[in-house]
Amino acid sequence: MPFDIYDFTSFTKWIDTGLQNSMSPFWTIVVEMLIIGVLILTFYALIGLFLVYAERKVCAFMQNRLGPNRVGPFGIFQTIADLVKLLLVELIPIKNADKFLFNLAPFIVIIASFMAIAAIPFAKGLHAIDLNIGLFYVIAVSAMGVIGVLLAGWSSNNKYSLIGAMRSGAQIVSYELSVGLSLITVVILAGSMQLSEIVLAQADGWFIFKGHIPAFIAFIVFLVASTAETNRGPFDLAEAESELTAGYHTEYSGIKFAFFFLAEYMNMFIVASIAATVFLGGWMPFHVGHWDGFNHIMDFIPPFIWYIVKTFFVIFLMMWFKWTFPRLRIDQLLTLEWKYLLPINLVNILIMSFIVLMGWHY
Amino acid sequence: MEETIKEITGEDQKYVINMGPQHPSTHGVLRLVVSLKGEIVRNVEPHIGYVHRGMEKMCESITYPQIIHLTDRMDYLSAHINNEAVCLNVEKALEIDIPDRVRVIRTIMSELTRIQSHQLWWASFGMDLGGLTCFFYGLRDREKIMDIFEETCGGRLIVSYNCPGGLMYDIHPNFQKRTKDFIKYFRKILPEYDQLLTGNVIFKERTRGIGRLSLEDAISYGVTGPSGRASGFSCDVRKHDPYSAYDRVNFREVLFNDGDTYHRYLARIEEMKESMNIIDQLIDNIPEGPFAVKMKPVIKLPEGEYYQRVETARGELGVFIISDGNKNPYRVKFRSPSFVNLSVLNLISKDFKIADLVAIAGSLDFVIPDIDR
Repeated sequence: MPFDIYDFTSFTKWIDTGLQNSMSPFWTIVVEMLIIGVLILTFYALIGLFLVYAERKVCAFMQNRLGPNRVGPFGIFQTIADLVKLLLVELIPIKNADKFLFNLAPFIVIIASFMAIAAIPFAKGLHAIDLNIGLFYVIAVSAMGVIGVLLAGWSSNNKYSLIGAMRSGAQIVSYELSVGLSLITVVILAGSMQLSEIVLAQADGWFIFKGHIPAFIAFIVFLVASTAETNRGPFDLAEAESELTAGYHTEYSGIKFAFFFLAEYMNMFIVASIAATVFLGGWMPFHVGHWDGFNHIMDFIPPFIWYIVKTFFVIFLMMWFKWTFPRLRIDQLLTLEWKYLLPINLVNILIMSFIVLMGWHY
Repeated sequence: MEETIKEITGEDQKYVINMGPQHPSTHGVLRLVVSLKGEIVRNVEPHIGYVHRGMEKMCESITYPQIIHLTDRMDYLSAHINNEAVCLNVEKALEIDIPDRVRVIRTIMSELTRIQSHQLWWASFGMDLGGLTCFFYGLRDREKIMDIFEETCGGRLIVSYNCPGGLMYDIHPNFQKRTKDFIKYFRKILPEYDQLLTGNVIFKERTRGIGRLSLEDAISYGVTGPSGRASGFSCDVRKHDPYSAYDRVNFREVLFNDGDTYHRYLARIEEMKESMNIIDQLIDNIPEGPFAVKMKPVIKLPEGEYYQRVETARGELGVFIISDGNKNPYRVKFRSPSFVNLSVLNLISKDFKIADLVAIAGSLDFVIPDIDR
C-alpha cells in the first residue's frame, strides 16, 4: 500500500520498545498513558480554540462581516484572548442552586466529548485506543453529554434552563436513534465496528460512493441527526437564544460556561470526524478508478491532512446550515425525527442489507 | 388537602416565566408574563411602562414645534412619519396651504422611513426565528437609507426634518440621485430576502397557520398597519384618508385574508415593494418652490379640537390636540399603533408553543417606546 510511507505504527512501536527497554512494563504503561493524555488534551484544546475562531470567520463570511481581525494576524489570537478572559472572570454563585450538581454538570459534558475523541483514528496507526467496537463506543460515550445538560438545567434553579434542558433531553434521546441507525447502515456494508477496519475497507473507494444510494441517504441522515445531537442550529432549541435567552447554560459564567462552549464545538468536531471516517474514507486519500498518476499524487498528501480536510468540510457544512436556517420548533423537531428520519433510516437499512446480501456493492 | 394536591398536579397548574423586561426577543423593555403548560402558552400578560416618559403630559408644557421633536422618540423607526402627523395637524388647525414641494418630499421621506422600518423588522424577525444572518442582511440595506437621511436631515434615526409649515431645510442636491440608486439596488436585493427566509421550508413551517388573527378580531381590537391588513382589514390611511401627496400616486393596498404570522410577514415584504413604487412615481417630479411657509415666531392654535391620522410603518397613528388658544396645547393624545396591536397578543398566541409566541410577537412588530410613550 502506498500510504504506508506515512504509517504511524512503526513510530509508535519504536517509542514503545524504547520505553520498555528503559523501564518496567508497569511504568511503561503509566508513561505512555501520560504522553497520550497530554497529547489528546493539547489537541482537544487547540482544535476547540481553532473551531471557535473558524466559526466566527465562517459566520462573518455568511453575514457580510469581517469577523475577528484585531488580535494577531487575521485575529487568530482572538479566541485565546477570550479564553484568558473566561479563565479570569468571576464565577457568579447562584442562590438556591444545587451546588454539587451545578458544578458537576460542565465536567460531565466535557468528559463525554473528551472520551469520544480517544477512539477516532486520525491517521494510520494514530489513535489512542482501537476498540473492536469503536463506533459503538463513540456513540455511547458522546450521548453521555446529555446527562450533563440535563443536570445543568435542573440544578440551575432557573425556569429557562429547565425548559432548555428538557428540550435537549427529548431531542438527544430521539436523534440518538437516527445517528445509530444511519451508522449501522455503513456497519452492514463494512462488516466491522472497528474504526480502523472501517477506514481500511475504504481503500478502494469511500463508502459514500461505494454504498450506492443508501450510503448517501445515510450520510444525509447522519448529518442532520448529528447536528441535532450536538444541539447546533437549526436544532439549537436547548439554547434557543430568542426564546430561552441561553437555555441550559443561562446561569453559568466564567470557565464553567467555557466548558459548555468548548464541549459544543468538540462535539461538532467528533461528529464531523465520525462522518469523515465512516462515510468519506477517514484518512484515506481520494482515488479515482484507474487514474494511476492522479491516485499516486493523492497518496503523497499525508493521511492526517486528508482527515483534517474532510472533517473540516463536514464542519463547514454544519456551520453553513447553522448560519442560514431559522430554528425549528420542538414539535417539528420531534416530527422530523420520528415521522421522517426514523422510517427512512429503517427502510434504508433494509435496502443496504439487501444490496450487501446480493453483493451488488462495488 | 385534596384541593392542594389538585392545585399542584391539576390542569390549572401553571409554569410562569417572565419574558423580559430584559429578554432578547422583546426588542426593548417589554415584560411578558407567560403562563406555560409544558411548552404550550396558556396565557400572556404584557406588562408595559418600563420606558414610560409621560410624553402626552410633557406636550402640555411645550410649544408645538417642540412637540415635533418629542414625537421622534415615540416610534423611533417611523420618526419622520410621527413628525409629519403633528405637522399636518398643526397646519390643518392653522389652515395653511402647504407648497407642493413639501408634500412630495414628505411623502418620499415617509416611504423611505417605511422601507427602513420594514427592513429592520425583517432583520429582527429573522433573528427571532433563529436565522441570525437575516439581521446583518437587513441592517446592511437599511444603512443605505440612513445615509440618505443623514445627508438631507443631518440625523439618521431621529430625523426631525419637519416643522410646522414645511421642512427644516431643503433636500440635499444628491438626494434624488441617491434615492434612485437605492431603489435600483434594493429592487435587486429584495429577492435575496426571499431566498434567505421566505422560501425556506423551516420558516414556512414555523409561521404558517401560527397566531391567526381573524378579520372580526382585527377590526374589533383595532389592529392596523400591515398586521391588520394581513387579516383583510382594509385600514390604510394613505388610501382612505390621503394626506401629503398620497392622493396623486398609484399604489396597491396590500391585503391578505389569512391573518397568520406568515401573511403578516408577506404583507410587510409586499409593502416595501409598494413603497418603492410610490417613490418611483414621485422622485423625478419634485415640484420647484419654497420648502417651507413663513410662519409666525410663536405658533398658537385657535381654540378647538384637532385630529390627524397618518399611516406609520406599524399602523395608524392618530394625533389629537385640544387647544385653548395658547402656545401650548391643552391636551395631546397619541393613538399609537404598537400599543393597540399589543392588545391582541394574548388572544392570538394562546395554545401555541413558546417558540411561536416569539414569532407572533415579532410579526406584530412592536416598538416599545411607542407602546409606553
